[in-house]
Amino acid sequence: MQQRTVLSRPISLAFISPAFILIALFLIYPFFSIFSMSFTNQALTGAAAKNPQYVGLDNYAELLDFDTWMTRGEFGSSILITAQFVLGSALIGQAGLGMSIALLFYRRNDLLRHLVYTLAIIAWITPDVVIGFAWFAFLDPNTGTLNNILGLFGLPAQDWLLKFPMLSIIAFNTWRGTAFSMLLFTSALSAISPSYLETSQVIGASRWQQFRDILLPMLHTTIATDLILITLWTFNTFTPYLLTGGGPGYQTELVSIYTYRIGLQNFEFGRGSAVAVAVMLINLVLASVYLIVSRARKTK
Amino acid sequence: MKSGWLARVLSNILGVALALFFLVPMLWFVFAPFNEHATLSVRIPENFTLNNFQVVFSNETAVRSLLQNSVIISGGVMVLTALIATLAAYGFSRGSLPGREIITYILILFSSVVTGTASLVPIFVLIYNLGMFNTYQGVILATVGGMLPTSIFIMRDFIDGLPRSYEEAAMVSGASPLQIFRDIVFPTLRPGVLVVAVMAFVSGWGAFLTPLILIRNASMRPASIAFYQFYSDEGSPNIPLVSTYAVLYTLPALLLYLFINARYGFRFFGGIKQ
Amino acid sequence: MASLNLTQLRRHFGTVKAVDNIDLAVNDGQFVALLGPSGCGKTTTLRMIAGLELPDSGEIKIGEKPVTHLPPRDRNIAMVFQDYALYPHMTVAENVGYPLKVRNVQAVDIRARVNNVAEQLQINHLLERRPSQLSGGQQQRVALARAVIHKAQITLYDEPLSNLDSKLRLEARAFLKHLQREVGVTSVYVTHDQAEAMALADLIVVMNDGKIMQVGSPKDIYQTPANMFVAGFIGSPPMNLMACTVDAATRTLRFGDNLALQWQHDLPQGAHGQVTFGIRPEYVSIRPAGEPGTLDAKLYVMQMLGSESLIMLHVGNQLVSARLIADDLPELPERVGIALDQKRGFFYGTDGNRLI
Ligand SMILES: Nc1ncnc2c1ncn2[C@@H]1O[C@H](COP(=O)(O)OP(=O)(O)OP(=O)(O)O)[C@@H](O)[C@H]1O
Ligand SMILES: [Mg+2]
Repeated sequence: MQQRTVLSRPISLAFISPAFILIALFLIYPFFSIFSMSFTNQALTGAAAKNPQYVGLDNYAELLDFDTWMTRGEFGSSILITAQFVLGSALIGQAGLGMSIALLFYRRNDLLRHLVYTLAIIAWITPDVVIGFAWFAFLDPNTGTLNNILGLFGLPAQDWLLKFPMLSIIAFNTWRGTAFSMLLFTSALSAISPSYLETSQVIGASRWQQFRDILLPMLHTTIATDLILITLWTFNTFTPYLLTGGGPGYQTELVSIYTYRIGLQNFEFGRGSAVAVAVMLINLVLASVYLIVSRARKTK
Repeated sequence: MKSGWLARVLSNILGVALALFFLVPMLWFVFAPFNEHATLSVRIPENFTLNNFQVVFSNETAVRSLLQNSVIISGGVMVLTALIATLAAYGFSRGSLPGREIITYILILFSSVVTGTASLVPIFVLIYNLGMFNTYQGVILATVGGMLPTSIFIMRDFIDGLPRSYEEAAMVSGASPLQIFRDIVFPTLRPGVLVVAVMAFVSGWGAFLTPLILIRNASMRPASIAFYQFYSDEGSPNIPLVSTYAVLYTLPALLLYLFINARYGFRFFGGIKQ
Repeated sequence: MASLNLTQLRRHFGTVKAVDNIDLAVNDGQFVALLGPSGCGKTTTLRMIAGLELPDSGEIKIGEKPVTHLPPRDRNIAMVFQDYALYPHMTVAENVGYPLKVRNVQAVDIRARVNNVAEQLQINHLLERRPSQLSGGQQQRVALARAVIHKAQITLYDEPLSNLDSKLRLEARAFLKHLQREVGVTSVYVTHDQAEAMALADLIVVMNDGKIMQVGSPKDIYQTPANMFVAGFIGSPPMNLMACTVDAATRTLRFGDNLALQWQHDLPQGAHGQVTFGIRPEYVSIRPAGEPGTLDAKLYVMQMLGSESLIMLHVGNQLVSARLIADDLPELPERVGIALDQKRGFFYGTDGNRLI
């Protein structure tokens, strides 16, 4: 069956081609380059620098050496840390808080709303380097703002980054990234006709029932989209490095930081690449799970 | 509604708490630049001074990084990303290509993993071989490449929500696909284009690792790297100057957002309702 | 300006036969209305003529030129969309001038033509506004202006008046008629409003289920509907269609027990046995009960429609309407007789087509 589309196939390909070229050059080519490097012992220094050898699956075997991989500073441990980080800061933190803000200000257009939205968006668009300083000052063990505030309530000062490193970077990343989910949910909510809620109010549904029975089902595609995006981004974010450097004692060594340490600090490119490929696979599985779950619910 | 005022008060308290949550970590920047002896604590300066700004502005490298290099790089990233992403999203949305949804997700996957630290080496090699080492173009193109998947994804939703009759009216009027894109689609998609543009600008503005490895020439490096101008030789930051530079560095991105938001509204799809 | 020919045009959407092998010839300068119930394929036909939809099979010719697979921009047509599709980011002047702009007409010439068309359509005071600042009627005129500004071979309209209130609609209808007189451009006009089609068109095409039921002048369509569908669709209320048994030998029509009527004229070929008898309500008149040559009827409801009344009656178990020109509802007893103007009656065979 023929269907006239606005763009014929050759023309639509022409529209896509600039993007395709850049993506091929700067995403797909690097990926394959990483992929092939992951089977070598390529490094910056030592004998392998000049003549990298093909080492088969050695790099992967090393990552997945089940005797050691869960020790601090090893691959398995960093994946586990990353999983906690994603759960805490992306799923609960960003998505949860973002949704709450969107709901709290649903169909409100007052000063408080503008204030919260603007501040959240500032936290989102301020450059990494600056944010690093801000939070460093915020969490400073001696004179940091957080400790000063706690002091007002008579609570003792803490060295947050040393004592609660994981909690700190989760709070940090929630603070940093909530704006995206908030904006996404806000637009989705604003696209829902108010008459749906009014109808249910007439029937006498409680607020919670309205949310669960009316809004949630309608937001369901948006939620899937949001979770996919922020999971992928959070999984691969490097910014917490600015706060903790992965420490203390590898406690906050996210897999992105682990990759950085292996690849760019130890200059073991081959191993670093294997980590990147493994991360890619894990992300692929995660994204597929979200997509499949959301499809299954859509067709149900 | 019953218990209306209680709910209102509670939600306002919650709102204020949220505002504080987002504000407090940034509070330091409000005061430190105006204090010659700023430390990491938030303190209203006893001797309010603009001296820090004077020192920062007298550092030629830092100023050039901010006002020239960063502007060129993020401006380039912004324009190219907005244009190329909109073109591609339009091609995807209107071209009836099979599997376009899966393709976009896979590309987002690539962009989030590959733009990380692991790909710095291949990207360096590539840029070097393309003869774009130590150029603005190299940084711009590499950053755009990483931004495109998400931008296409966001644009596509805007385009899918665009009524086809505008384009059909233009087709019947005799417009070519490129004319339709230029005259009808791009302008009507302005809310989406602006969102993508702001996100791309911010990403170019904040980029650190990519310019670090792709530009060796100190006079061409962007502001994100120029912070080191205000570090001592032992590597410890001069806190008053760093905070001042940080504020100056944040301002353009912030002003761009505030301007766009005030003028056109900054929102994701669902915004195209007539 | 050019003629338009559709040959065996077909477009199916899955199992839906939106347009099912239609043939249509439109002469140069003719104004044709596509009329039919919702979902009968009017829009699909129009979009195929425009090139916005590709047919599964068949041919479209504009003038002598086959255009079946050409993109819209190579067909030199103009179209007014149901929602007008005025570009929200352009002023009225830019909207109207857009078809010229894409044809690389010089800016000064565009300006002059826009002013000219705007004057004819009385929108010259709106030229600098945006579509969102216009009323529905104004938007509609801007859409028209955009369609007539370049000398299109064929102008297509997809229910352009359906968003207007009834007063504006009448005005716009008059305006379109006037425009058609002046410019005489070949037009295809989709509507499901039969009054509109009657008022505007030289030729009406009645469609149903993707097929053409009848093509004819408004008068033909109204006065001699070719089949039961058209008879039952055109007219408000439509034609009375009564089940009837005909005895051709005695020229007797039977509408039920004790409901026989002597036919005074020649019966058409094949009018024998089970047929459907059709007659418009204005040719049904009310007489005293029992008068010779009438059918017994029982009053059901009466409606006052302004200058006329609509009387619905039961004849046996069939419902028949009669239309009376009267300022007021007549006083009628429960039981009356009805007389049929036999010259105005039609017979439809079991296949639904009119017997001639
Ligand atoms: N893109 C499409 N996909 C699937 N079915 C379609 C599509 N377009 C039209 N149809 C179907 O084809 C049939 C004819 O549609 P069309 O729009 O031509 O009707 P129409 O006569 O214009 O009706 P209306 O008066 O309601 O506008 C309908 O049953 C419709 O559901
Ligand atoms: Mg239609």
